[in-house]
Amino acid sequence: MAAPKKLRVGIFSFTGDEGCVITLLEALNYKFFEWKDKIDIVYARTLRSKNDASNLDLAFVEGAISAPAEEAKLREIRANSKVVVAIGTCAINGLPSAQRNNFPDGLKKEIQPLVQKLGQFERMKAPTEVVKVDEQVPGCPMLETGFVQVVEKYIAQMEVG
Amino acid sequence: MHGSHGDLDLSIENVAKIEGHTNLDIVVRGGQVMDVKLKISENKRFYTQAIRGKPFASMPQLVSRICGTCSIAHLTCCIEAVENALHFDPSPQTTLLRRLALAGLMIRDHALHLYFFSLPDVLGIDSVLELADSNPALVKTAFEVKAAGNALSTLVSGRAIHGTIQMVGGFANVPTREQSAAVLAKLKAVRPAVLDLIKVYAEWPETFLSESNYVALVTQNYDFLEGEIMDSRGVCVPEKHFWNHLNRVIIPYSNATGFQFEGQPYKVGALARMNLNRGKLHRDTRASASDSLKLFPSKNVFHNNLAQAIEVLHCLDSAVEILESTDFRKEPVPRLAPRAGEGIGVIEAPRGILYYLLELDKAGNVVWGNLVIPSAQNQINMERDIGDFLPKLLGQPKEEIAYALEKLIRAYDPCMSCATHFLKVNWL
Ligand code: SF4
Repeated sequence: MAAPKKLRVGIFSFTGDEGCVITLLEALNYKFFEWKDKIDIVYARTLRSKNDASNLDLAFVEGAISAPAEEAKLREIRANSKVVVAIGTCAINGLPSAQRNNFPDGLKKEIQPLVQKLGQFERMKAPTEVVKVDEQVPGCPMLETGFVQVVEKYIAQMEVG
Repeated sequence: MHGSHGDLDLSIENVAKIEGHTNLDIVVRGGQVMDVKLKISENKRFYTQAIRGKPFASMPQLVSRICGTCSIAHLTCCIEAVENALHFDPSPQTTLLRRLALAGLMIRDHALHLYFFSLPDVLGIDSVLELADSNPALVKTAFEVKAAGNALSTLVSGRAIHGTIQMVGGFANVPTREQSAAVLAKLKAVRPAVLDLIKVYAEWPETFLSESNYVALVTQNYDFLEGEIMDSRGVCVPEKHFWNHLNRVIIPYSNATGFQFEGQPYKVGALARMNLNRGKLHRDTRASASDSLKLFPSKNVFHNNLAQAIEVLHCLDSAVEILESTDFRKEPVPRLAPRAGEGIGVIEAPRGILYYLLELDKAGNVVWGNLVIPSAQNQINMERDIGDFLPKLLGQPKEEIAYALEKLIRAYDPCMSCATHFLKVNWL
């Protein structure tokens, strides 16, 4: 018999405050043991040094995209993942982390030299603008129950077929 | 091999098990450390600019988003600054609730660091999750302690991350007896586990002695909220004058600004608090952790972990006492009249002193703000410590050196999300 299958899960942080990932870790307070034989967290820099982002079943993405390196990383995640989940409003529509997009002109001018020096995009993007996103968990931070539902939906799918 | 020649080029990309993103570059030539660069690489979100022109009442929810893990610290400090600007004194019950909110934050945030970021270094493993089958009791405990802090934050602030109940002027809601009882049970249940945690870190032999000037807000009952800023040499500065004793230092390769206190690098955080203020810990904590407390004052950077573990116990004990002895009554949150002026807030966040200066105009909108963040304050000292620690490691294989340095960085418990979001633009 083959070893029981587990969902390969990755957790990725772009430009944000990590509040959604912290919320995800809070959900694990009570879900970890229930899920431990069903999911394998193979990529999570907050939890481990040795990370593997290949062949993911579920990729959770937090934060907005502020620079080309982030965009490239997100595209790579998309290519390596069956399901990409945008967690929190930063990943869904960019805000609040992309707030500088909406700055009045004076403020935009003021930050311009720094934006350029740091090689950040003129306009920050939401992950949903950059790649196809399969699921969204709204909220700032993301709704804990919404996150649990997404994980359990894909656990159920895996178990069915 | 490089070690035997005394040459080493080492780049650690994106240090794991910390909050946020940072890289470390090291150059050693002929056994001499030539260069150490700690590059905080978080992208900027420009909160310093975003707060301008916003009404004071919206500030707490806005600045909360500077940092997910210590959002309650930003909320609380910002509220203190606004209230000072408006010449408003919070009620005694509000102060008590703020103490509880900070206690919940410390328990949850320190527990995350101690069990999930640093404990793997003690046990020589990569991740605590690896122990799910071999030591499920430990993993269960780790989640339970963190959950107890979360429950306390949720009780007082509405939720652990970006809580909505804490406002300028007071709390929109207060815990009921029944709600408090449920949280009390959780806090009491994890106390034995916290004692074990203290023992683990007291017995961890990892040592690096650093000659640092420790700076902390020294408070009457170790409540992280009100007091005077002190350093290891006995310098004492009132909260509102803190900024006058700081130098901002531009670090061209880092996305965060560094700071000096009285012209010198300094260290803030749990170790600084424990070194300077441990006599004010809760009496039950002092009794139960008496052996470990003998290790302070300490110059061992790794004792920051032990100090955090003792603080978890102190926060448990203080919260239990407050919750057991208080019947909270709903107080209306006053609508404060706007007025022009400056206000300062200073508190101890999990990683050290957090400072807010806000200037309001007569309509109550923010004219500008100046924020000093713990991990930015530690930056210069941390870099110096890395440079001083490095010669002791030379000769070992590169991976081991990298691992040892990462352990040191993790002991500092830096938070890069926080560190990068207050920078002035005119730094070039
Ligand atoms: S959505 Fe909110 S909690 Fe999540 S990363 Fe963005 S700011 Fe943080």
